[in-house]
Formats: sequence, C-alpha cells, structure tokens
Amino acid sequence: MLAAIGVESTEELFAQVPEPLRLGRPLALPEGMSEAEVFERLAALAARNEDAERQVCFVGAGMYDHYVPAIVDAITQRSEFLTPYTPYQPEISQGGLQVMFEFQTAMSELTGLPVSNAGLYEGPSSVASAGYLAMAATGRRRFVVSRGLHPHSRETLATYSVGYGAELVEVGLAGGETDAEALAAAVDGETAAVFLQSPNFLGAVEQVEALGAAAKEHGALLVVATDPMTLGVLKPPGEQGADVALGEGQPLGNRLDFGGPSFGFFCATEEQIRRMPGRIAGETDDVDGRRGFVLALQTREQHIRREKATHNICTAQALNALAAMVHLAWLGREGFRELGELLVRRTAYARERLAAVEGVELLHEAPVAREFALRLAAPVDRVLERCAERGIAAGYPLGRDFEEYGDGLLVAITERRSRREIDDLAEALSAAIAAETGEFGVDMTQKSPGGVL
Amino acid sequence: MNVQDEAVLTIYERSKPGRRAATLPAAEVPETPLEKLIPAELLRAKPPRLPEVSEPEIVRHYNRLSRRNFDLDTGFYPLGSCTMKHNPRLNERVAALSGHARLHPAQDPRRAQGALELMWLLQESLAEICGLPHVSLQPSAGSHGELAGLLLTRAFHADRGEERTKVLAPDTSHGTNPASVTMAGYEAVKVATNERGGVEMDDLRAKIAEDPDQVACLMLTNPNTLGLFDENIAEIAALIHDAGGTLYYDGANLNAVMGHSRPGDMGFDIVHVNLHKSFSQPHGGGGPGAGPIAVSERIEPFLPKPQVVRREGANGGGLFFDLDFDRPRSIGRLRGFQGNFGVFVRSYAYILSLGADGLAEASETAVLNANYLKARLAQGLAGKHLPVAFDRHCMHEFVLSGKPMKKELGLTTLDLAKRLLDFGFHPPTVYFPLLVEEALMIEPTETEAKESLDAFADAVERILAEAEEDPEKAKQAPYTTPVRRLDEVKATRKPVVRQPL
Repeated sequence: MLAAIGVESTEELFAQVPEPLRLGRPLALPEGMSEAEVFERLAALAARNEDAERQVCFVGAGMYDHYVPAIVDAITQRSEFLTPYTPYQPEISQGGLQVMFEFQTAMSELTGLPVSNAGLYEGPSSVASAGYLAMAATGRRRFVVSRGLHPHSRETLATYSVGYGAELVEVGLAGGETDAEALAAAVDGETAAVFLQSPNFLGAVEQVEALGAAAKEHGALLVVATDPMTLGVLKPPGEQGADVALGEGQPLGNRLDFGGPSFGFFCATEEQIRRMPGRIAGETDDVDGRRGFVLALQTREQHIRREKATHNICTAQALNALAAMVHLAWLGREGFRELGELLVRRTAYARERLAAVEGVELLHEAPVAREFALRLAAPVDRVLERCAERGIAAGYPLGRDFEEYGDGLLVAITERRSRREIDDLAEALSAAIAAETGEFGVDMTQKSPGGVL
Repeated sequence: MNVQDEAVLTIYERSKPGRRAATLPAAEVPETPLEKLIPAELLRAKPPRLPEVSEPEIVRHYNRLSRRNFDLDTGFYPLGSCTMKHNPRLNERVAALSGHARLHPAQDPRRAQGALELMWLLQESLAEICGLPHVSLQPSAGSHGELAGLLLTRAFHADRGEERTKVLAPDTSHGTNPASVTMAGYEAVKVATNERGGVEMDDLRAKIAEDPDQVACLMLTNPNTLGLFDENIAEIAALIHDAGGTLYYDGANLNAVMGHSRPGDMGFDIVHVNLHKSFSQPHGGGGPGAGPIAVSERIEPFLPKPQVVRREGANGGGLFFDLDFDRPRSIGRLRGFQGNFGVFVRSYAYILSLGADGLAEASETAVLNANYLKARLAQGLAGKHLPVAFDRHCMHEFVLSGKPMKKELGLTTLDLAKRLLDFGFHPPTVYFPLLVEEALMIEPTETEAKESLDAFADAVERILAEAEEDPEKAKQAPYTTPVRRLDEVKATRKPVVRQPL
C-alpha cells in the first residue's frame, strides 16, 4: 500500500502535521485489552450500580421502568437497523425511512397532531427546540412556563434562551396544577409560547384546554409536554388546542440506560411543518411509479440551508424511535389503551394505599395518571435510605428541584410494579417514617424542611 | 407476490381488527371506571389508531423492512466525514448489562458509583485524547456539542463584560457549524479556502480586522472536510486569541489524529467529540450518538451542569464519584439527566479495547487507507475523469471533483453515486464540501481491508468505462435496489408525512 502511495512509511503521511503539534509520545491511557478483559472490567463497574433488577423501582420523574418486550431487542440489534448512517441515499435506505414514516404516524396518532418529525435527542432539549420554533413562528421572544414543566426542561429552555435571546416567565402551581389565574395574567402580546406539561412533573393531569385559552387569546403558541405512555387514555394535546406536543420518548421501548440514549418526540400543526426541527420522512414514488420514502422538506435542514436552517440537529435518535415503533406495534391499539388503564388503576390504588400510611399525606389531590406526589412527616432522604436498605427505590425526592416541596416524594407506577410491590412500599414507608420520627422525636404534625440529597 | 413488492405495505396496512401481540399483567387492583379516577373531559374518546398485528407479523414486517436497508455490516460505506468504522459487538453486550441498561438516571449517586466512575474515566480518557483538561459528556450529538461550545463562548465573553456578535468558519465547514451559530444568536461569517485547501490567511486576517472586538469564536475542523491538516493552525489560533475570541474544534474528523496530534495542543479552547464516529457507537440509521466536549481551563467554569466529579470522602472516607450541581457560572443544562450513558459505555469499552497504542494505530491505518484509495483512484479512468480536488497527501479522507466527468462523459456525481449502489457499495458523501464542484468525499476508515478498497476502486473504474461506452446506463441508475430514483421534489412540495388512517 505504501508503494502505491509512493511513500516509505506512514510517518510521511503525517508530515503535514507541523512538528511542534505532533504528540511525540503515547497517549497516557492503558494499553489495549482483550475482549474478555474488557467485558470483565465493564461487568465489574455495572455490578456497582443498583439498577431496577436489584431494587424495586418507584422512581420516575421523566424516565420509567417499563417492560421492554424481547421483540424490541431482536429487531433493534439487527445489523441492517443498527449500523447504517442517516438515510441520505434513499434507494438503499427504504427500511429505515419507512420506519420513520410509521413512527411519525404513530406519534401523530398519540398526540392528535397531524405532523410529527422522526425524533429529536430527548425530552428537555425538545422543549428548547419548541422555543426556537415559537420564536420563528411569532417573531416574539418571551416564554411563559408552568412550574409543572419538568425542571430539566425548564433549565434546558433557559440555557438555550440565552443563545437566541428569549426571556422566561415562570408561573407557579396551586393544588398541584398550574395556577390558571397567574398564567392568564402572565401571557401578553409579546409572548411567543406558553409551555405546559400534562401530566405535569407532580403527576397532575392538567386542564390544558382551559389553561391554553390565554395563549390563543394573545396569539402565542401552546406547547404541551406529555408522557406518551398516558396517551392511550388521556385526551391528546392536539384535541386540547396544542400547537406543539412533545416529550421524552423513553417509556416507549427504550431502556433506562441511566438517562439515555432515548428520544424526544415532536408533533405540530400543519402550519408549523416548514419550521419543524429534525428529520421528517415523506412518501413519494420512484421513476417506475413504485412507492418509496425519502427525507422530506430537507430545505429546513443544516446540510442544505446552513445558517438559515430551522435547527442545527443532524444525528438524532433513529434507532430509539424504531424501538418505540416496535413497542407500540407490539402493544397495538387495544394493548396500548389497556396498558394506560392499568397504569391509571394501579396508580390510584398505590396513591390511596400510601396516603393511608401514618406520616404520609397527598401533596395534591389533582387527578393523576401514573405518578403522584406525597408529603412525608420524616426527612425524605432518611426515609429513602431506609427503603433502599429493604431493596426499594421509593421515589424521587422533590426537594432536589423544588425548595417548597422539601418533604415531597414523587412515586411512579409502571406495569412492572405489582400490587404486592406497592404493598411492600407502603410497609417500608411506614416502618421508615416510624423509625425516623421515633428516633429523632419529630413532631408528626410538623413538616420537615429541606431533605435535599 | 415477491418480497420486494409485499414489503412496501406499512404496518398499518397489515392491521386487522382484533389482532394483537402483547399480553399484559392482570390489573390486580379494583377495575374502577376511569372516569371515576380522572374527569371524563380529560379522557380520550377514541384510542390512537395503532396497528393491530400479531407478534409473528411484526417480526416479519420489520425483518423485511431491514432487508431494504444497506448497512455497514454488509458492505463498504465510505461516507466522508461520517467515519463508518466497524461497531464491535462486545460494546452492545456490555451496554445491555442490567447494571447499565436498567439503572434509573435519578438513582442516588451513592448507588450508581459504577456508572459515575465509568463516566469519569471516559471524561479523563477524552481529555487526554483531546489535550484539554476538562470534559462534559452531556451533549447528545456533534451539533449539540457545537451549540454548547457557542453558549460557552457567550458565557466566557459575558463573564468579561463583553458581548461579541460574530462567529467565523471556513467555507468548507460542516452545515451544522453555521446552523449552530444562528441558534446561539451569533452571525455566521465565512472564511475562504486557499489553494492548498487550508484557511486563506489573508481572508481570515481581513475578516478579523473588520471588527476584532466582535469576533466571538472561530469554528474549525482539522483536518478539515477536504481531509487536509491546516499547516497554519498555530498562526490561526494566535490570530483568534489575539482578537479575544475562542477557538472551537469540530471533532467530526478526530479519527485522523488520535494519539498523533491533539486539538488542545493546537490552541483550541473547545472540542466536541462524536462518539458515534471515532469511538464506534453504531450510527443506528441516524442516531443515537453523543457529542461530549473537552475544554481549556478558561472555559471550565461555564461547563454545563451537572458535572461528574471525583471527590475525597468525608472523614477520611475513600474516593467517590458524584454529580456536581454547585456550579454558579455554568451555562446550565443542555438536556435531561446526565447524557447518553449507553453511548458512553460502548465508547469506553472501545477505548479500553484499543488502548493508547490501538487508538494511534487506528488513526494511522485510517490515514494509510485513505491515501491508498486516493492513489488507486488517481490511476486509470478515475484519475482522468475524477481528479482529486487538492493534490497532496490527505489525512483520513479526501475529496474528488466530478467536474471533468460531467463535462467529458455527461455524468454527474449523483449519477456515479447511484450507479455505485448497483455494485453493492454505499456511495461517498456527495456535493460536499461546497467549494469543490461535483464533490465526492471519501472516508474509508481503518476497519476496511485492502481488498475492500481495491474492490471499490475497481467498481469506479468499471462505471467510468461503461460510461465512456454508454453514459445513459449510469444516468438511469440504480437498477438493482429495492426502489429506483425517488421523486424528492414531490415529497417536499406536497409532503405526505404520515399514513392516512
């Protein structure tokens, strides 16, 4: 090969790198290892994590321990889906493109909006992308954001907003739901978008349509983040006036993976189609009149439009969207609704069961679908620790993100959490609170402050 | 009916009322009517029209669809700037361990020490490879890393009481660069390319001199998208730093220089690394990826939060790993939780497998393969009709121009690309970079054997020979693919982006 190139050694090829910029030493990294050794090393690291196989997981807060059917792994691990690049050559990418088209159809059905893209990175950055779209659509730079929106989404929107020069106004919660009066007062003629989440971060199913009226009145877009796994039973955002419906896609076919990779879904009205971020597959014909699929509306995208693109996104989450599509097909029309009902009923059971525990009360009484918030009469971090010792991850401590809910615990239900596990949680909470209050003589009528881990 | 025709049905068109795959656990709790739990006006009247299909039908449907994809495991994929290297299956196995796959992202750090240690080790490895001391793993892809870098740049200037408006990038830059510039609220300024394929220094000086106080950043890929290492990089860095700007390295082409040269040593402040390119995360048909960033000391205070840190235990306790949220000057979050951890597992496994010596050898072989293929394509008809755009040794990729081919044979780069499909190859990146007419950008990567490179060069030769006889053959290509050339204009003019149900 060197002879064909006309050089003596590969070093000559690196001559274009100026001498002072050459490293001139080996990287300070270990030498390479055999496959068996690498496996052992990583297995040892994995063993130091308490995952949902070792702990009964009631933690949600945006990502949920659902059962991912075996068929999802079998299909997503196929070389033909796992190893291609983005489908820039449609003639040899019909499989991936058709999956995108099917996925878009599914997300459109779930959200009740006509247009879906093929997926974005994940939930919170999709919220930020909706902000960018709303600015382009309205020419305004002010976002009104419910405090019920996932804290990571609010933070990510704030990070992006510094770049594109938007201002954020936050509206608080009342009784677990977005404060309707405060929201109406906050929206004005300069508002580009109103951001809601339903079910919101505290699990409450919001009155999206009523809340959204303020946005409609002032010509602002209504952006609704949602949990796709609830959309078999909850009214879809598209039927409640949402201009954009989006969210974290992990519950559909994707593993927890300590936070990613998953995907974000992003649906909108027809009016926004040319402002959408991300890939969109579209149906067309080939020269022989055969049906085929291509990346549609590429003139929105960075590789064509450069600085005038609607978004900078390139690599996103095609394989994760495939996982979602396969999971949805597996659940099917009936199964998806049944799973939603199962979640609602088990959640209702768990909420009632846990609220009956001494030292536990509901943080709010708004309707919930699959997650709910409690107040504990003992320090949340201590209670979580005691439950963890019994092999239960009891929930998400709200004090991490909400100083006003230092005594709050967010509990999530999936189809994997059996009635017995819920009963075990009730017992564990009861024992933990009793031990903590007994030990430290905490007044049961007094709410503990702080509790941040 | 043959497989190809039948496969065109969508999963929705295979749906039959009453069929299903899933069985769900029993409710085990009272079957209370839903409207007693949630107000009826918040409930859905009709379930979403998902397909009704059995499991065997789902398996067959998606397996058939998969056969309508070309993939890296099946054939050569010399897509320039995309680094289509082999994806080791070990990485899939370790990512699927339950300690990784079923670990909740909100798990108490004390109960996720293995995951945090892995992230810390990956940060340390990337810092060493990039020659920059601090790493954030949070960005989800290269373009997300670019946006992060520009927001860091903004924070860096704001911290010094400055607000700058312009970001410079060469005309050879990836499309994501100017798109990120706009999203970050900056103005994109194009810098010209010189006759050696590097940054045109006079133009750079002129663009800076127009208003040095407004230069926020220069974004550069090095080696650039022509596959050429910019010999003036030290001087470029000095010019930008003297003007007070930051220097951003688009790491899409890092595969050329691992263990040989480091962006930090070249003077860059911020680098993004595409774990799905240089570090073997499978591309998945368009993701997932990850785009960690490595930064210099002066940028560190502004890194996204949380950061994975290693701390001394209290009261003489041992070292432990934690998430640091206490970063008052941070630009904040770029996404939920901690990043694409599953990608980190695969990339760390890759780094462990190759080690210091293996990474350097990978880059060396990538450069050797690219130069060999370039030499092969300089011979025969390819040499005549498809000259290399900049005739010097390349790094990991190179760019040919189809301009003579178009003139002499009437064949466009697109025609050649489509004809390559019939020969069982994925075509190179086409029509990029923009400054080369009828460009073909070829990156073979280190995981291809000489035989693959020869076979590709032979196929190009045969196509050109065929075109000298009968150019129509290539103009109508492809013939053997599941579909032939598709009407992309129609798909954009009257977009059908979902199945009508």
